[in-house]
Amino acid sequence: MRAARRSVVWQAGLYALLALLALVYVYPFLVQLATSVKTEAAAAADPVSLVPDPLTWSAYARLFLRSDFPVWFANSAVVTVLVTAGRVFFDSLAGYALARLRFRGRGVVYAALVAVMAVPTVVLLIPKFLVINQLGIYDSYAGMVLPLLVDAAGVFIMKNFFESIPASVEEQARIDGAGTFRIFWSVVLPMARPALVTIVILSFQGSWNELSHFIVSAQSPELTTLTKGVASLASGQLSQGSQYPLKLAAAAIMTIPVAVVFFVFQRRIMNTSEGAVKE
Amino acid sequence: MSMSALASARGAGRGRRPGLRRGEAVAGWIFTLPVLVILGVFLLVPVLMALWVSFSDWSGRGSPLSSEVGFVGFDNYVAVTTGGGLAERDFGVALRNNAWYVLLVVPLQTALALFLAVLVNRAVLRGRGIFRTAFYFPSVTSSVAITVLWLFLFSTSGVVNTVLARLGIAGPNWFNEPSGVLHNLLRTLGVDTGPQLLTGHGFLGLTWWDWLAGPSVAMSAFVLMAVFTTSGTFMLLFLAGLQNITPEVEEAAMVDGANAWQRFWRITLPQLRPTLFTVLTLGLIGCWQVFDQIYTGTQGGPGKTTLTPAYLSYQSAFLSQEWGQGAAIAFVLFVIIVLLTVLQRWILRPADGVR
Repeated sequence: MRAARRSVVWQAGLYALLALLALVYVYPFLVQLATSVKTEAAAAADPVSLVPDPLTWSAYARLFLRSDFPVWFANSAVVTVLVTAGRVFFDSLAGYALARLRFRGRGVVYAALVAVMAVPTVVLLIPKFLVINQLGIYDSYAGMVLPLLVDAAGVFIMKNFFESIPASVEEQARIDGAGTFRIFWSVVLPMARPALVTIVILSFQGSWNELSHFIVSAQSPELTTLTKGVASLASGQLSQGSQYPLKLAAAAIMTIPVAVVFFVFQRRIMNTSEGAVKE
Repeated sequence: MSMSALASARGAGRGRRPGLRRGEAVAGWIFTLPVLVILGVFLLVPVLMALWVSFSDWSGRGSPLSSEVGFVGFDNYVAVTTGGGLAERDFGVALRNNAWYVLLVVPLQTALALFLAVLVNRAVLRGRGIFRTAFYFPSVTSSVAITVLWLFLFSTSGVVNTVLARLGIAGPNWFNEPSGVLHNLLRTLGVDTGPQLLTGHGFLGLTWWDWLAGPSVAMSAFVLMAVFTTSGTFMLLFLAGLQNITPEVEEAAMVDGANAWQRFWRITLPQLRPTLFTVLTLGLIGCWQVFDQIYTGTQGGPGKTTLTPAYLSYQSAFLSQEWGQGAAIAFVLFVIIVLLTVLQRWILRPADGVR
């Protein structure tokens, strides 16, 4: 009896603590949404309040009607779609080759990929600019997209997945006379949907949130992405005064696409990271 | 993980139906070619080019490979490490700032992530999902968006200071406050200047007293931000680790009368060692690469106290046109990251005979 009562108290305490912590994690985002529909005066007067009084959409109107924001959004969307498509195709192609095809040099290719993953990205800022500039694709979509088109981590995810599915189906297709690419495209790839979804999520998130690569690969206003544009907003361009409703509205819109992807694929995202550790 | 998997995959296919496997070598190379070309052109070649630039006097005009660009040996490395000028001092300041950042963020994010994971793991299944989502959400948003939010939360009369004021605490001027946290702490104890031993000598253009300033108040706001955004990711890793632990050992300990605290330290934590190692390594590597937040939020200010080597490297090259120095800083940073990772690996190595 005593033990049971004690465990009820423990449970209540646990949930109270969890709820308090969850509030701390979620509250900043609620403040962000609320402030984005406040007037600047109200945002300054009571930053903690979650009730906008008066409620105004002027920050959003200004962003969409009287700023470069739509251009930034469009650029981010274009880059994200291209990068995601590229990674899905090229990562799975290479992952399949490393998992199933026997060819001389496969071990070297594999070792090279491991080495590539160990290079910290921040070391590559200047180097990437140098090559992009040298190739004459600085300040173009090509320079923004091409270097991001494949990623070593994605190849690994696909390779591990292909190794986990039985080879018997492919063997059958091979006996039926299908070529390697045919087998890959119409037999293997359709089976790889779970892993492909993982690649889509990671690429989407990665390229939508990417900042440093776009800083070093382009400079003209027409090629500004959301991350670069909103960062320039934050450091005070386009605005006199603090303009917090405007900045937070921009940050909120920027968060929506990744938030949608997150909530749609939530289970898979969480399981992906779990699977990654078990290796 | 993968070497054994590779070996077994290799073994499985060997020696069966060679006729059907003709053309595989060609296909293998064609399939991996796009990845190899893109990674080679945009990763390997760039690193080699930057290595050359770090030994050259390239000013940013024309191609760094043109004949007008001269080889200057270790001049750029000397300038940022022992030159005695502003470049050396800036690099010292950046290293100091980032070192404090690492020293605070890595333990805090690891402890908080572990704490959250243990709590969430205790909740019933349905609650687990909700809390997991709440804690993980900050991790999926972009660092730019979070920084913008943080600038608002920690503005002079922002959310944090308003809440502190209601508790009767006068909050600092967060992102405009360059004073070091440790120096401030000593000041409240009446210590305004350091002893001659510390102020008279130094390293990388910075006195020991300045090295010991602690993170600036502005940097502390970034520390809190890093903990807020990364604890969710690492919580997921710990949760996975917790779920792999067999309950039998813990039950046996419970029977033996160990309390929850003892069970956590003696049984749960040792079994989480591999996950702990992953989290610490990822945390360490990530923390030495702070760039987005600084670019978006403070550009190194106030008083250079949020300058990091990554941002300094960018600033030297792209804004000051000191390309050689910028590249040199990047390579020194790379070496630092590698050395610290190796060191950490060595410290956390499993004891002999114990697995």
